Amino acid sequence: MSKDKQDRQDVNDSAKSWFKSGSPWVWLTAAAVSASIIMVAGLIALIAVRGLGYFWPTPVLVANYHESDVRTVPIIGEIRDSEAVPLARLRANGETIKSDNEFITRHLLRVGNRDIQGMDFRWVLEPRLSQQHYPDDVMVIERREWGNFYGHLQAVKENGKIIEEGDKTWDVLQQRIARTQKIFGEIREIEKDDIGAINYRLEQLRLDERRMEIANDSNADNRASISSERTALQARYKVLQQNLAQLHININRDILVAKTGDGQVVDIPLAKVVRAYRPNAMNILNKSLFYLEKLWEFVSDEPREANTEGGILPAIFGTVMMVILMSIFVTPFGVIAAVYLREYAKQGPLTRTIRIAVNNLAGVPSIVYGVFGLGFFVYFLGGSLDQLFYPEALPAPTFGTPGILWSSLTLALLTLPVVIVATEEGLSRIPKSIREGSLALGATKAETLWRTVLPMASPAMMTGLILAVARAAGEVAPLMLVGVVKLAPSLPLDTNAPFLHLERKFMHLGFHIYDVGFQSPNVEAARPLVYATSLLLVLVIIALNLTAITVRNHLREKYRALES
Amino acid sequence: MNKQATPTHAIDVSALTQRASGQIDFEQEDICLEVQDLNLYYGQKQALKDINLHIPAKRVTAYIGPSGCGKSTLLRCFNRMNDLIDAVRIEGRILLDEQDIHASSINVADLRRRVGMVFQKPNPFPKSIYENVAYGLRLQGVNDRRTLDEAIEKALRRAALWDEVKDRLPENALGLSGGQQQRLVIARAIAIEPEVLLLDEPASALDPISTLKIEELIYELKNNYTIVIVTHNMQQAARVSDYTAFMYLGEVIEFGDTNTLFTNPQKKRTEDYITGRYG
Repeated sequence: MSKDKQDRQDVNDSAKSWFKSGSPWVWLTAAAVSASIIMVAGLIALIAVRGLGYFWPTPVLVANYHESDVRTVPIIGEIRDSEAVPLARLRANGETIKSDNEFITRHLLRVGNRDIQGMDFRWVLEPRLSQQHYPDDVMVIERREWGNFYGHLQAVKENGKIIEEGDKTWDVLQQRIARTQKIFGEIREIEKDDIGAINYRLEQLRLDERRMEIANDSNADNRASISSERTALQARYKVLQQNLAQLHININRDILVAKTGDGQVVDIPLAKVVRAYRPNAMNILNKSLFYLEKLWEFVSDEPREANTEGGILPAIFGTVMMVILMSIFVTPFGVIAAVYLREYAKQGPLTRTIRIAVNNLAGVPSIVYGVFGLGFFVYFLGGSLDQLFYPEALPAPTFGTPGILWSSLTLALLTLPVVIVATEEGLSRIPKSIREGSLALGATKAETLWRTVLPMASPAMMTGLILAVARAAGEVAPLMLVGVVKLAPSLPLDTNAPFLHLERKFMHLGFHIYDVGFQSPNVEAARPLVYATSLLLVLVIIALNLTAITVRNHLREKYRALES
Repeated sequence: MNKQATPTHAIDVSALTQRASGQIDFEQEDICLEVQDLNLYYGQKQALKDINLHIPAKRVTAYIGPSGCGKSTLLRCFNRMNDLIDAVRIEGRILLDEQDIHASSINVADLRRRVGMVFQKPNPFPKSIYENVAYGLRLQGVNDRRTLDEAIEKALRRAALWDEVKDRLPENALGLSGGQQQRLVIARAIAIEPEVLLLDEPASALDPISTLKIEELIYELKNNYTIVIVTHNMQQAARVSDYTAFMYLGEVIEFGDTNTLFTNPQKKRTEDYITGRYG
């Protein structure tokens, strides 16, 4: 009895000493850190696997599908997803399948051929598939319209005449596609760059003319020079137009003939083909090359087909540029405000109130900033700018419409509190002895600030900027009101003077995710793109942050007095 | 409060009695700084009481006294460092070359250029050794490389640091040892050729060897500068200074030449302090 009590006492004591030793605390803190790391790693891993897997060529299944007990259709497609469904549920939906299993596997098949069959995806039940095989000659065509095509290649036509339908058809097709792609590139170059530049210049001329009209300037020389330039531009445009017409004839020369799974023969103009490939015939090396090609297309090309195909370069560009502009606005503004608050303003109830207000500003929902940005920046500031400087363009707004300038300013406002707080923190950490040292050498307060205090506080400013960038790069809601669009016709940076077009609308990765995932006509097809775009957004933010962190560490190394 | 003391030689009984009242006969000295009826308040608290002092030029004057007696506060009055502290009120006058340093015609930055200061803890800027010494000169608009080079070498030589750092001028000053940093700070202060150099416990954060170097340096520097040093190390005061003031609770108890003050103090409190009975 007493021994038992003694044992219990010992256990109690050891538990107590275990608690006293602090180990449970160490375990708890370590567990919290591990949980955070696992969550972050899991998040990145999920979007990476889901997003990056999309570009790997999937084998194409050819099979017969017994749609009902009496009807059988041939079917071609990529298995995109599989799941097990309870038989009972299928039965309840009128399915008459016979099986001993409780669960039935069903596949989500990407069957493509939307123009012919009307749908891109369909669910098929595994037990109803027969003669499943993966023939080498089944072909996937990525098209500029109507999504993918799945089928078998029959022949290649040139000017309506079949030139090849034997063994070499595939090789001929690849050569012809390469040729068409080249012409397509030329056409795009002319349309976008040359004609784009001419259109831009013509618009400038129109505005010049209008400006003269408004100013009642009837200088004949000016008018003559405008009209002569316009004539020259129009002449150049005509030449380009002729080139284009010739290129269009060239690009439409070749046509491929293909047979769908259910035996229909269709003609597909090569001008509409992005690439054709036979995934079942690819070895691992081909697949890897294909994968890299697709990945490169994704990050370096423009979107196609309502953003569900192609690349996202304009969105990457827009995001990065908007964040950089935001940094340019927010850093000086925030630093100057913090310097006044910390160094010049008399510390008292008023500065305390201002500080609280600044902190609370960080808690205002971002959409509210969007509304403010729309009302103040876009309508008021932009509208006034238009009245003052761009009256010739009215009623078409120049700055009085959402654009990248207003977006960056709105986000600068949103992130201002972070920069102010971080900078103030940095300023307050500069030792008094350093300031006194400078003052004792005959420096004024301003000189001390410029030569010593601000450089030493620069790592803290960078910390503020890092936080600001992290917040701004991921923000979407306010941008939808002040400048982001689904598809921007041109980048805010191009070769037409003045090169930087701050009034233009832009694309953004965050909005792209929303748009592709929830607003696109083909949500199922676009789902992997959502993951891929998310991954890219995260990578862009990481890259921006790493840049800022590198700069900060460099500055810290330089001004490490604070640590000593 | 008799300022018109009769001319006497260095040690004279009548002069000693006057010294005891905080006055001293300076007929043989040029007066650099003169403090008249100085009272200083931190808010309601009075930190300095009726200070009257003369500080002779090109001599070392030391302030000793227990912690909190106001010696650093007094020192910081000479270059108006106390202006930086809110709620400080100063009454009375401080004359630098017979000009009131609180006069509206005096520019504080100019005053601080004339009255340099070295602090208790070495406070080099996080810049290169070169830029640290060049700091004050650049403030005055000196940017010519050759002028700077010469001035920096001269200052570093005077601060007895040149031989140690001449090959590493572009390196960060924070890589120097504590004693070197303090000498760098002194070099930085004398690079702009001040008239007065205020040293606020310059060696208290240093090891004995560095302390010795700083003391030797002070001895060298007094040929060119008026030096006022605050220390709570009495041996140091005895070693380096020509004149010593003993302060207690915001008052100057006794002021006189160092030898006399340490060997034959006039006030009981002074004697108690220097013999270690309190403080």
